Amino acid sequence: MKGDIILKVENLSKQYRLGTVGTGTISHDINRFFAKIRGKEDPYLKIGDSNDRSSKGTSQYVWALNDINFEVKKGEVLGIIGKNGAGKSTLLKILSKVTSPSTGSIKSRGRIASLLEVGTGFHPEMTGKENIFLNGAILGMTKKEIESKFEEIVSFSGCQRYIDTPVKRYSSGMKVRLAFAVAAHLEPDILVVDEVLAVGDAEFQKKAIGKMQDISSGEGRTVLFVSHDMAAIRSLCNRVIILSDGRVQTEGKTDFIISEYIKQSFSLTKNVFENSKFIANVQIYVDENRKEAVSTLFIGGKFIIEIEFKKNLPMKIDYCFVGIEDEEEKRVLSLGTHLDHNFSGVFSEGSKVTCIVDSMPLVQGRYKGLIAIGTDNPRENKEVIKDALLFDVINDDFFENGLNLTKSQGYIALKSKWEIL
Amino acid sequence: MQKDKWLFEISPRNNLFDLNLKEVWQYRDLLFLFVKRDVITLYKQTILGPLWYLIQPLFTSVIFTLVFNNIAGIKTGEIPPFLFNLAGVTIWNYFKECLTATSDTFKKNEAIFGKVYFPRVIMPMSIVVSNLLKFLIQIFIFLFFYIYFVLKGFSIAPNVYVLFLPVLVILMGMIGLGLGMIISSMVTKYRDLTFLVSFGVQLLMYLSAVMYPLELMRKKLVNVEEGTDYSWIVDINPIAHLIEFGRYILLNDGSYSNYGIIYTIIFTVFIFFIGLLIFNKTEKSFIDTI
Repeated sequence: MKGDIILKVENLSKQYRLGTVGTGTISHDINRFFAKIRGKEDPYLKIGDSNDRSSKGTSQYVWALNDINFEVKKGEVLGIIGKNGAGKSTLLKILSKVTSPSTGSIKSRGRIASLLEVGTGFHPEMTGKENIFLNGAILGMTKKEIESKFEEIVSFSGCQRYIDTPVKRYSSGMKVRLAFAVAAHLEPDILVVDEVLAVGDAEFQKKAIGKMQDISSGEGRTVLFVSHDMAAIRSLCNRVIILSDGRVQTEGKTDFIISEYIKQSFSLTKNVFENSKFIANVQIYVDENRKEAVSTLFIGGKFIIEIEFKKNLPMKIDYCFVGIEDEEEKRVLSLGTHLDHNFSGVFSEGSKVTCIVDSMPLVQGRYKGLIAIGTDNPRENKEVIKDALLFDVINDDFFENGLNLTKSQGYIALKSKWEIL
Repeated sequence: MQKDKWLFEISPRNNLFDLNLKEVWQYRDLLFLFVKRDVITLYKQTILGPLWYLIQPLFTSVIFTLVFNNIAGIKTGEIPPFLFNLAGVTIWNYFKECLTATSDTFKKNEAIFGKVYFPRVIMPMSIVVSNLLKFLIQIFIFLFFYIYFVLKGFSIAPNVYVLFLPVLVILMGMIGLGLGMIISSMVTKYRDLTFLVSFGVQLLMYLSAVMYPLELMRKKLVNVEEGTDYSWIVDINPIAHLIEFGRYILLNDGSYSNYGIIYTIIFTVFIFFIGLLIFNKTEKSFIDTI
């Protein structure tokens, strides 16, 4: 029946050992073994820090997941979001039985199939048809089931013409289509989906999201969906969980949680400003009044960069510059006092300066910023701080049609108006 | 209500003996598709293709005949030395292939195992089955030479026990699979073993009576003058017994002892189950340690 609890996660934790596997491992294994034969608990399960990637912990063990509890009702589409390293993938791996938890349990009333990656087990030398059967079987279908759905799978993938060609001759988009088509025709009670939709062209993304909607609403099946794509989460999920440092931070209705999520901050490496002679801190806000530091910005959304100067400046500073770079350190945006014709003035000791941008023009992705300060006349940098800023730009349905752009399609998200004359 | 009726539970405490064979049976189609994949793709883009199945044992037997029979002068009685070696090599090869191919199951399939769940044991099982096909081809080439030598007037004939050939093959597969599963489980944490396997298998071949009769080996290992007796090396080696038994039933040559057969069967079943248990335990967490 709809509304019954189909999946229950209780006190789920997962511990990982940091560092390399080497000679130390064997001594830990031996200790563990002796503890076990004496009937004691695993001595290494007690220790461990929370999984905060940026701060250096004292223990060699970390909790990737720490006491996770939640329930999923039948027919529900649950979104799981969180920054990188929050434990999303670990949770999915445990759900899909790829690895087992350290403590706690997951109880399920239905068959779980997971889609952590499309095209798992595709063999390049085999034809599309052979791969459909192999991939389907890997995902848990019987040969009979695949045979009965074969036509449907092929037409959904749109690869009819290539079906007897080895997959190595396929374009990467075609491979993804074929793989998703197989996965979409699985019939589990619970489908676990990782960010597989991030691939493929816009048309296919839309088709995939549509198919997922059918699966949940039309066929009444339960879906757990992990994504960074807020538009996809918004259009699919009834309920969302935010994971943070291996814990469930908040859960609730989709709209509320998404707006919570974007307000969240995450700490930059603090010591960036330690050696600086001029700058004490740099933060990004989306709300001028609340001044809450964030690390996630929306395409088309307003943002404010605030730079705080140190108490004693060694020289006169009247020029400030922020360079936004992509992950490969390619400059994508320049913001500077010299580019604002209204701006003039000298930064005094301990003062703050803000840079307000009305609309974030960049497409979805991760960006970082360097700060340069110096004198305006002659224009000269006195100090350059790299990696002073780090933020993610996400799409909150900027184009208002569920579509999204990525860096490979250009860095600028711009609305355009099309008319037939 | 049905508050506590769960279909299944994922938890850290796994019963060592929870082998879940029912699940393996549900995934039987996958086993055959893996076999099909191995067969289809193994010799893609090679010129000789499946001929390699034949070339390898034939050349090995020729070299063995030159070295052990012509140079070292080991006598094989009525049996042509080449056929004697071919029989040994064919049986040995099946064991060797099963062992080496299954012993890196986890490492080789890390990518797929890390993304999707299916009973992991399907993978090594499929390897054993696809090697069986290879073995069948090699048995045919053995038969070809068998008939050739019979026509040339050698008095060779199989034993009635030749009906037990399938049993022999199953034992070989099981022992290879069992050892392979144990090794593959340990390789996930300690890579050292990979090095051991490749040359260990080679050394084992010399102790397994592949290219000389078991009796001869046993005799030579006893040195009456010095009072040393290393014949236990042969006695504890189940592979040696299996190969000798194989030659006994195919060529009606050599010895066969009840002790050897019973010992081998017990050893095989034991190793197979130990392998299954260790493999089953490893599959639940190997992805964290590999």
